[in-house]
Amino acid sequence: MKKLLTAAVLSAALATPALADTTKVGFIYIGPVGDFGWTAGHDRARREMAEHFGDAVETTIVENVDYGADAERVMTQMAISGTDMIFAASFGYGPDVNSVAGRFPDVAFQHATGYIQDHPNISLYDARFYEGRAVLGHIAGKMTETNTVGYIASYPIPAVIAGINSAYLHAKAVNPDIQFRIIWTYSWFDPALEADAAETLIEQGADVIMQHTDSTAAIRVAEDAGVMAFGQASDMTQFGPNAHLTAIVDNWAPYYISRVQAVKDGTWEAQNSWLGFADGIIEMAPWNDRMPAELQEEADALVAAIAAGEYHPFTGPINRQDGTPWLAEGEIAPDGDLATMNFYVEGITAELPN
Amino acid sequence: MILGSINPAVLMAALMVAATPILLAAIGELVVEKAGVLNLGVEGMMIMGACIGFIVAVNTGSPLIGFAGAALGGMALALLFALLTQALMTNQVASGLALTLFGLGLTALLGQRYVGVTPPRTPKLDLGPLSEIPFLGRALFTHDIVVYLSIALVGAVWWFLKYSRAGMILRAVGENHDAAHALGYHVKRVRTLAILFGGACAGLGGAYLSLIRVPQWTEGMTVGAGWIALALVVFASWRPWRALAGAYLFGGVVVLQLNLQAVGVKIPVEYLSMSPYLITILVLVIISSGKARGSLNAPGSLNRPFHASS
Repeated sequence: MKKLLTAAVLSAALATPALADTTKVGFIYIGPVGDFGWTAGHDRARREMAEHFGDAVETTIVENVDYGADAERVMTQMAISGTDMIFAASFGYGPDVNSVAGRFPDVAFQHATGYIQDHPNISLYDARFYEGRAVLGHIAGKMTETNTVGYIASYPIPAVIAGINSAYLHAKAVNPDIQFRIIWTYSWFDPALEADAAETLIEQGADVIMQHTDSTAAIRVAEDAGVMAFGQASDMTQFGPNAHLTAIVDNWAPYYISRVQAVKDGTWEAQNSWLGFADGIIEMAPWNDRMPAELQEEADALVAAIAAGEYHPFTGPINRQDGTPWLAEGEIAPDGDLATMNFYVEGITAELPN
Repeated sequence: MILGSINPAVLMAALMVAATPILLAAIGELVVEKAGVLNLGVEGMMIMGACIGFIVAVNTGSPLIGFAGAALGGMALALLFALLTQALMTNQVASGLALTLFGLGLTALLGQRYVGVTPPRTPKLDLGPLSEIPFLGRALFTHDIVVYLSIALVGAVWWFLKYSRAGMILRAVGENHDAAHALGYHVKRVRTLAILFGGACAGLGGAYLSLIRVPQWTEGMTVGAGWIALALVVFASWRPWRALAGAYLFGGVVVLQLNLQAVGVKIPVEYLSMSPYLITILVLVIISSGKARGSLNAPGSLNRPFHASS
């Protein structure tokens, strides 16, 4: 079905004689645009970008594209049908993007959260989600009454591990008794499993649920159980108006607009961008009114300090979980360490899966 | 270790909830396969039930009417399968797979306006003093009605297949459709009815996800539950009570691993998450191999097309 639709969309795109200055931009997504999380965030940005350029761009999307052969086929088809630029919006597309980019040197590839860049026509872009996680950690540490935070994590990859560490450090800073209970689901999107995980964490005493998975199921469970939670990638308030404290909202639109503009101007070059609060790529959803005014101010100040570059969420002294030193007093974590993070910081009691 | 903080009663209760969707779908598919039809479209019928059940429940405000709608939604898709495989004699495996893809795509379209909507609550059944029994009360008697219905359904299917005349005809059709035909039974009619029953059960299982377990509608929300149900039927060697045990075992693995992780025990989650699918693959290889199927108690005419002329 999906494949037929893709073919239909692409051949329709081929058939319409494009205006000379129309830039064709393709997007491939790992999930459905209706996930209200990660993929929804990218598609929101695509729509804003399309609106910004009006008739000067033409966008195509393909949802639910699996890593591997499926992704390669979809991108190849896009490239063959005259697409100028392809956004591959998930970590796992790395090998596929590189293999297709090698065959189509004139197409500009943009790979989200990736790390493989074998060809000069591949740009990598990522957001510094750990900056947002620091704010969530601070809020969680202040709001919890049971001193227990439940964390639903997807895969043990550096971005997720850095998120856990950042949240933990900032919760610990305001609440020395804080404890993190972590469940790995080994999936980005499994509503039933995420709901079960949230229930289990609440049963284990967590009264704040944090998630690094894409569905809205955990917010719903938290709302029903009368505990607190944070949304993921999009503002998920409507799924739990009382439970939802805030969320890290991905806002890729400014970046997408600038990159498409670069293609139009002929100035596009491969880059490796890692953007955060300062660039407006991530933002915090409106604070829930149940957060005391004082805490709202602290959270605002933390966001402002990170955005201004006055404060880095990973500033030493920080030890690894086994007690060995990682960052010395006042030392700031190098980007390389964060991009390859594979250890918990000191104080987290769970063991990290391999 | 801090295993003491896991409450076995709560674990048992969570296990029953986690197992109910796959149990419902599996018991339906068991009847279908007993009639000699292999319908690989369980996942598609489940997602259809999840979506239609959700839409009906939201619009009528009644979860029970929602469940009825889910059963009809599952049946509608099953009817399509019956039409393809019984009337048009298409390949069952290919039709089943197509049914899954079709169900996933169609529901993504139908459910678009229902993302983010809150469904009406399904109340827990009030069992009065029963739920106050220590341990057992929390574990067994604090559920919604669907959990008990699913167990009753297993009992009913067991009785139907073993003792009722209609059940014996269904089994005869599944074991040897030529002999059943020679005796004057309507092979295609029996199979069509079995397929419809399977669709209704899968629809109920899907609605249990969207109306009770998660409860919300999200595209593609069944995420493989239908495949696990399929594996479960073979895992249970086509015996209803074993399907119940298998579903609770699968549900138990999921719930237990979540609990172990939450209290900080290091377990190989990746292998546990993979295991239902590995079993599914193994089982599908076995059913399609032909030789081993007899020893597994597989219905003799499973996945063999029937035409009165042959």
